[in-house]
Amino acid sequence: MTKLYRIFTNAELTARVQTSSTCHIFKSEGKQTKMPSNKSVSDAPITRFINGTILREHTLQREDLWVRDGSILNPEKLFYDEQGFADELVNCEGTIIAPGFIDTQINGGFGVDFSQLSENVPENVSLVAKKILEHGVTSFCPTLVSSPPVVYHQVLPQIKVQEGGPDGAGVLGVHLEGPFISAQKKGAHPEHCLRTFSSRPTEDLMEVYGDLGNVAIVTLAPEMDNSQSAVKELCRRGVTVSLGHSAANLSQAEEAVRGGASFITHLFNAMLPFHHRDPGIVGLLTTDQVPPPRTVYYGMIADGIHTNPAALRIAHRAHPSGLVLVTDAITAMGLPPGQHMLGQQIIEIKGLHAYVAGTTTLCGSIATMDMCVRHFWQATGCKAEEALEAASLHPAQLLGIARKGRLDYGADADLIVLDDKLNVKSTYISGEEVWRKPEQR
Amino acid sequence: MKLIILNDYQQASEWAAKYIRNKILMFNPGPERYFTMGLPTGSTPLGCYKKLIEYYKNGEISFQYVKTFNMDEYVGLPRDHPESYHSFMWNNFFKHVDIRAENTHILDGNAADLQAECEAFEKKITAAGGIELFVGGIGPDGHIAFNEPGSSLVSRTRVKTLAQDTINANARFFNGDLSKVPTMALTVGVGTVMDAKEVMILITGAHKAFALYKAIEEGVNHMWTVSAFQQHPQTVFVCDEDATLELRVKTVKYFKGKMNTQSVLYYLLKHIACTMNIDFDYKHPMAMY
Repeated sequence: MTKLYRIFTNAELTARVQTSSTCHIFKSEGKQTKMPSNKSVSDAPITRFINGTILREHTLQREDLWVRDGSILNPEKLFYDEQGFADELVNCEGTIIAPGFIDTQINGGFGVDFSQLSENVPENVSLVAKKILEHGVTSFCPTLVSSPPVVYHQVLPQIKVQEGGPDGAGVLGVHLEGPFISAQKKGAHPEHCLRTFSSRPTEDLMEVYGDLGNVAIVTLAPEMDNSQSAVKELCRRGVTVSLGHSAANLSQAEEAVRGGASFITHLFNAMLPFHHRDPGIVGLLTTDQVPPPRTVYYGMIADGIHTNPAALRIAHRAHPSGLVLVTDAITAMGLPPGQHMLGQQIIEIKGLHAYVAGTTTLCGSIATMDMCVRHFWQATGCKAEEALEAASLHPAQLLGIARKGRLDYGADADLIVLDDKLNVKSTYISGEEVWRKPEQR
Repeated sequence: MKLIILNDYQQASEWAAKYIRNKILMFNPGPERYFTMGLPTGSTPLGCYKKLIEYYKNGEISFQYVKTFNMDEYVGLPRDHPESYHSFMWNNFFKHVDIRAENTHILDGNAADLQAECEAFEKKITAAGGIELFVGGIGPDGHIAFNEPGSSLVSRTRVKTLAQDTINANARFFNGDLSKVPTMALTVGVGTVMDAKEVMILITGAHKAFALYKAIEEGVNHMWTVSAFQQHPQTVFVCDEDATLELRVKTVKYFKGKMNTQSVLYYLLKHIACTMNIDFDYKHPMAMY
C-alpha cells in the first residue's frame, strides 16, 4: 500500500498530465502569419515584431514592437480603442531591436567624397545612403570639409533633406565642417579654403555657403572674432552649431554654448588638449555654465584608432548622456583591402587603417557605424543600451528630432535587428525591411 | 463546494491555471461556441495569469475563442493610467495571448452614463450565454469584486463607493496620495457572479485566512460577501496553507483527505482505461491532483 501511495503523489500525476501532450494547438505557427485586418482607423497593415528584446526608455526589455504606417504603434490603444490586431508577425527569435543608427558626421565612403565637385552628387549620396544600410545607419548627415565657396554653391543645393526608404538611409541635412575654423587646428582641411568672419558674419555665411536650406550642422571655431553673432544667426535658422577645429579656451567655448552651440565635433581631435587650468573645449563636458535643461553633446570617433580607449572612457564617464558616436568616415570606408586611387592620392587599406600608400600616415577613418558601436561598447564596458543610444537617441536629441532615435509610440519605425554581439542582422526604415544580412552557409 | 489546499502561492497559482486550461480544453471552444470567463485583477491572480501565458506560449491552449468579462474598474481613472484595470489586463494577460479585443469586456469607468454602462455589461454577459467559469479573488474583509461588506448578496453590476479601508489600502498605488485614489468603482454584483455555471475563488496568504474562515466555516453573511458562494452549486476555493491558518484542523484535514481520495480514484480510472485501451480523458479539470 505504501508503495502505491508513493506513486500517487501530486507531482507525479501533474507530470503525467503535462507529458500527455495531445493538446490542441489553435495558434497558427510560422514566421509570417497573415490574418485579416481590422480597419477602423487605418487601412495600413499592422506588423508585430515578436520574441525580440527592444530598446525603450534606456532599457533593453522583452516586449513586442508594433508598427503601422511607418510609425511605432501603441498596441494597448489599438486593442482597446480599435479592437485591432496584427496582420503580420515577424519572429525576432530572441534578437535585439534598436532604433536605427544616425551618423552626424560622414565625409563619404565606398569611393565617394561628398566634398568633391561632381556632376552626379545625388547619385553619390544615394550610393552611400544605400550602402550604409547594412551598417545599421538609417539616417545621416553628409559632411563637407572646408571647401571653396564654389563647392558649397554647387553641391549644397543637390543634397536634399529626404526620408529614407528601400533606396537608402534618410538625409537629415548636411554637416558643414568648416571653413570658419582655426588654421592652428585645421587637421586635414586645406588651409587655402579657411575663412574668418568679418564684422558682418551673416553675410560671410551666405557668401560662402550660399543657401543653408539643406544644412543641419555647422562646425566652427568659437574663438574667431564675430563668431558669436554667427552662432546666434545659425541657431536662429535652426542649424545646430558645433564647436571644433578650434583652439578656443573654455570660456570662449562656454560663451558659444550660451549663444546656442550644442555640439562638439570629434572630441579631443583638432582642439587644444585638456589642461587643468584651462580645460579648453573638452571642459564643456563638465561645465557648470550651461543652463540645466540643455546638454552639450559631443561626437566621438570610436574606431579604436582615432581615440584611445582610455580617452573614450574619460569622456563617457564624465558625460554619458551627451556622447554621440560618429564615423567621420572618408571615401575609403567600405572599400576592400589593398591600394586605391582616391582623388590625387594612392591610399592603402590595411585592416581598419587607411594609409597614404607607402607611408604610415593615417588618412581618415574607415570604420563603419556598427563597428564603432561595438568598439565603444567593449572599450568602455558600458551597457549595450548606452552604446546603442550613443548612435541613435543622442544624435536625434542633438538634432532635435523627436521622432527618430527611439522606439517610443509614434516615433518613426526606423529599426535595426542585432544579435547579442551587436552585429546588425537587418535594417528597417519606416517599418519596411531595407536590408537583411545574407544567410550564412 | 470544493476546497483545494496547496502548499504555497506558486502551487495554488499553477493549480488554478491548470484548472482553467483543462476547462477550456474540455469545452472545446470554436467560432460557434465561445468559452466565457469572468476575470479578476489584483496581486493574487498574477501567478495564475503567468501560468496561463506559459501554456499559451507552449501551444497548449488558445484564447481565440474565449470571451472574458472583468469584474470591476475604477470610476474616473484614465483608461491608460497604470493602475487602471484596463492597463492591468493588457500588461499582465491580454498582450501575451491570442485573445481578440472584441472578445474582452471591461467596464468603462469613464462612461458618460455609468448606470447604463453597468446595465449594458449585464446584457453582454447574457448575450454571450452567461459565464462558464468566473474566477475571483477576495479582499481581507471577504469582499468579492468591489462588493464590500454589507453589499446585497443578490446585487447586479452597479456603481459602488469604495470603503475607506480600500481607499487607504490603494493609496500605495498612487504615490501615497489619498486625493488621487479613486473613490468609486463599477463592479459586477454578487448575483452576477452567482449566475456563473462555476466559480473559482483564489485565496492566498495569511492575511486572507480570517476571510477564508468566514467564507466557508460560518453562515452566509452579507458582511462577508464571499460567503454567498456557499449557496452556489459549483464553487471551488483554491488556497495555500497560509490562508488556512484560521480554519479548524478538522476542516483542513477533511478537504485534504478528499483531495487524496480523488487523486487515487483518478489514477485507478486512468490505469483501468489504459489496460482496456480506452481513450481516457486526461483533461478532466480535477486531473491535476
